[in-house]
Amino acid sequence: MTTAAIDCDLHPAVPGVATLLPYMDDYWRHTLVERGIEVLESSSYPPNAPSSVRADWRGPKGGAPSTVAQLQAQALDRWGAAAGILNPMFPVQLPFSRDMSAAMARAVNDWVRAEWLDRDARLRASILLPNGVEEAVAEIERLAPDIRFVQGMVLCMGEIPLGRREWWPVHAALEKHGLPLAIHAGSAWRHPPTSVGWPSWYVEEYTSNSYGFQASLASLVTEGVFQKHPGLKVVLVESGVSWLPGFLWRLTKSWKGVRFEVPWLDRPPAEIVRDHVRMTIRPFDAPEDGETVSRLLDHLRSDEMLLWATDWPHAHFDGDATVPPGFPEGLLPKIMVDNPRATYARLREGGSA
Amino acid sequence: MARHVVAPAAEIPPGGRKVVEAAGKRIVVFNLEGEFFALLDRCPHQGGALSGGILCGLTQSEEPGTYRFSRSGEFIRCPWHQWEFDIRTGKSWFDPRRTKVRQFPVAVEEGAALVEGPYQAETFPVRVEDSYVVLEA
Ligand code: FES
Repeated sequence: MTTAAIDCDLHPAVPGVATLLPYMDDYWRHTLVERGIEVLESSSYPPNAPSSVRADWRGPKGGAPSTVAQLQAQALDRWGAAAGILNPMFPVQLPFSRDMSAAMARAVNDWVRAEWLDRDARLRASILLPNGVEEAVAEIERLAPDIRFVQGMVLCMGEIPLGRREWWPVHAALEKHGLPLAIHAGSAWRHPPTSVGWPSWYVEEYTSNSYGFQASLASLVTEGVFQKHPGLKVVLVESGVSWLPGFLWRLTKSWKGVRFEVPWLDRPPAEIVRDHVRMTIRPFDAPEDGETVSRLLDHLRSDEMLLWATDWPHAHFDGDATVPPGFPEGLLPKIMVDNPRATYARLREGGSA
Repeated sequence: MARHVVAPAAEIPPGGRKVVEAAGKRIVVFNLEGEFFALLDRCPHQGGALSGGILCGLTQSEEPGTYRFSRSGEFIRCPWHQWEFDIRTGKSWFDPRRTKVRQFPVAVEEGAALVEGPYQAETFPVRVEDSYVVLEA
C-alpha cells in the first residue's frame, strides 16, 4: 500500500451517552441523565451482528473500538495510511426532537474533535449532521472553520429525499465551504427501509440500503441539485458499488423519454453522476474474480469515482486484505491517493489543526 | 436523388402529417404553419414509426423549478419510448449530435410547373391548378 493512501471511511464508536455529556450544555446534560437515556443504538448496526465489528477488533466485552489507540493499532499504523476520515455513526438521526438531534450531533462532533482529531494529525472527520435543516446548516457553519472537517454526513434513508428543495440550504452551505455531502448507509427509521413495507429480517434491511442510495441519488439528480450547486460533490459511503451501473442505465434510459419533466437537466443523469458522485469501495458487492471486477469497472465508465476505504471496524475482510479481491493493482494509486485528493479540497490544502 | 410528387398540399393542413412512400422509403411529411418538413418514418432508436407519435413543444429551464415552453407542435415524440425529435432538423433533443432521424428536402410546387417537369406522381393525377408536396429522396 502506498504511504500517501487516504482511508475514506473509519468509524469511531461512541461508547455510550455518558461519553457525550461533557460535550453538552447544562440543559442536555441534565435532561439526558434525568430521562435515563444511557445508550442509543440504531438497528442499522446491531452491536452483536458479526458485520458490525470485526471479531478481532472487539474490546474485552465485545464492544466496538472507541479510542484513537485502537484505531492506530488496528488500522492506521498497521496499514500505514497518510490520512483517514472519521465517520461517526452515533445515531443522532433517531430522536424525533430536532433539538435533541442537534444537541447530540454537536456533542459527537466536539467529541470527535477533542478525542480523535486533536490526538492524531492524520485524522479528518465528517460533520455529523442533525435532522433539522436549520440545525444542519448551523452545524456546518460552526465547524467549517476547522479544516479538519472535510465533509457533512447524513444517512441514505432519512426523513425526506435529499434532493428536495427543503434540503437546498444544506447543499448551499456545503458547496460554499468546499465540503462534499457524504451519504452513509443507514436509516433514521422514519420509513420502512423497503418501499413495499417493513422487512422481517436483518438481511433484508442490510440489502435495502442500496435502494436507499438509489432513491437518494435519483432525488439529487432529478431535482436539479447539481445544476443549482455545480460545485457540490456527493460521496456515497458504505453503499456498495456493483449496483450503480445498472441503476444509472435505467435512470438515463427512462430520462430520455421524460426529459421534459425535468428540463433543468442539461445532460444525461449518468454523466451528471459521474461528474459529481464518488463512492467508497467497502463493501464492494462484487464477485471475487478479476475479470468480473474489471467488467464492472468498465461499466462505471470512469476511474475517478472510487475511493479507497477499509470501513474499520466493520467486518468486510480478514487480516490485511484492505483491497477487494480481483481489484486491478494499477488502479490503486488512483483510488487511494488521486481520487480522495480530488474529492476533498480540504485534503489538498493540508489541514493540520 | 429523384424528386417525387407525394401528395396534394391540401391533404396536409397546418399541424397535420402524412405518411408517404418515395424511393422505397416510408417518410412522414409535416406541415408546421405552412412550412413542410419530411423525416424518415423510422426512429433511430429501435425503429418506431414517428408518424404515430404525439406532437409536443420544447420545454427548457433556466434553473430547477422554472419552465420555459416554446415551439408548440414543432417536436414529434416517438410513440415507442417517447424520445423527442425536432421536426425542423430531425435531431433528438437529448443528444442532437449523435441521435437524429434522416431528413429529406421537401417543397411545395404548383401543378402548372409540375406537368412540364421531369417529375413522377405515381399514384394520383397532377392538376395544373393545384399545388403539390415534392420530396427529394
Ligand atoms: S424506438 Fe423511438 S424512442 Fe425507442
